[in-house]
Amino acid sequence: MSDFNSIADRAAAATPPAIARKVRGLSDRAIAWLFIAPTIVLLLAINIFPLIWTVYLSFTNYASNRPNRPVVNVGLKWYQDILGSPEIWASMQATAHFVFWTILLQTVIGFGLAYLIDRKFRGHAFWTTVILIPMMLSPAVVGNFWKFLYQPQIGLFNYIVSFFTGIPPSSFEMLGSVTLAPWAIIIVDTWMWTPYVMLICLAGLRSIPDYIHEAAEVDRASRWRQFWSITLPMALPFIMLAVLFRGIENFKMFDMVMLLTGGGPGSTTELASIALKRQAFEAYRTGYSSAFAIILFVVVFGLANVYVKALNKVKQR
Amino acid sequence: MKLEPVVKNQSAPRKTWPRWARRGIQENLAVALILLGVVMLVQPFSIVLYGYSFVTVLVGVVMFIIVSKFPE
Repeated sequence: MSDFNSIADRAAAATPPAIARKVRGLSDRAIAWLFIAPTIVLLLAINIFPLIWTVYLSFTNYASNRPNRPVVNVGLKWYQDILGSPEIWASMQATAHFVFWTILLQTVIGFGLAYLIDRKFRGHAFWTTVILIPMMLSPAVVGNFWKFLYQPQIGLFNYIVSFFTGIPPSSFEMLGSVTLAPWAIIIVDTWMWTPYVMLICLAGLRSIPDYIHEAAEVDRASRWRQFWSITLPMALPFIMLAVLFRGIENFKMFDMVMLLTGGGPGSTTELASIALKRQAFEAYRTGYSSAFAIILFVVVFGLANVYVKALNKVKQR
Repeated sequence: MKLEPVVKNQSAPRKTWPRWARRGIQENLAVALILLGVVMLVQPFSIVLYGYSFVTVLVGVVMFIIVSKFPE
């Protein structure tokens, strides 16, 4: 307490008299507002205003490469165009395929790794660090070096597949084939983000008190029974949290896929965000791309709401 | 004469909110609409369903926001 007083006294003494005089007249509430005001202003300027502006632009014919053209209200035209476009529909399907498989693989592998690491074998700290390395890399770096790994002539990936299956390495192209390219981006994303899921699952596993497992062992519950009745239900909120984070991130995935395939071959790996970028910065259809962005936002927002509701239900159990 | 104490059940809720409009049921309906909309958005079978997907999701989201303020 004496320390606190001395610190408070020192702070009061160090405050310039002019400021001290001004602050002295303010209520606690006013001072609290004064402190949070910069954050609120920043939030309004960076998040809320662009969102409202995008909603406005989605009803206009505004094009960012023609700023002097008169802006005309087009109503729901862009929304109708997007929701009737087979290309955008295909990009939505590509996104769903990518999100579904990456989340499934990352959750299964990530939880498996977390379960193994949680056993605290010799050198587990070292292996945890090694497993976490891909997550720490920049998506641009990952995209570029996997491009080399997938090279049919010199790429290591093709040689490894060839070693295990006997298929000649230059006989298939992961990034150039219509059937393989969607799986190529799924493999890279899984490689990069499984450690993240593992980390969250590991936190969940470490939060389970040892005495619960000890009590189960006293009751002669098998390992299998302990896993299904204790480990999995208690780690489930953490797993769901990881799925939520990865789901939202992968729905917006852009950089890594852009560097790996650029949306190709054809438009097989053209995810929604890549299609959006093409409309906004290659075709300069700002109004159209704003409407597209709003559609994606509403979908992600809706899914996040559903997910948070499910998460709360699991937590209440 | 023995008088029985009159006990009022004060904890019973006042029946002012209709049962069908309670939060649980309405929230589940909103969640079902959102999920249906998302499935319509990404299904590969019908472009007509795709066309109505956004409206379905939007109705679900707005409904979810409103009904999450309803009493349990």
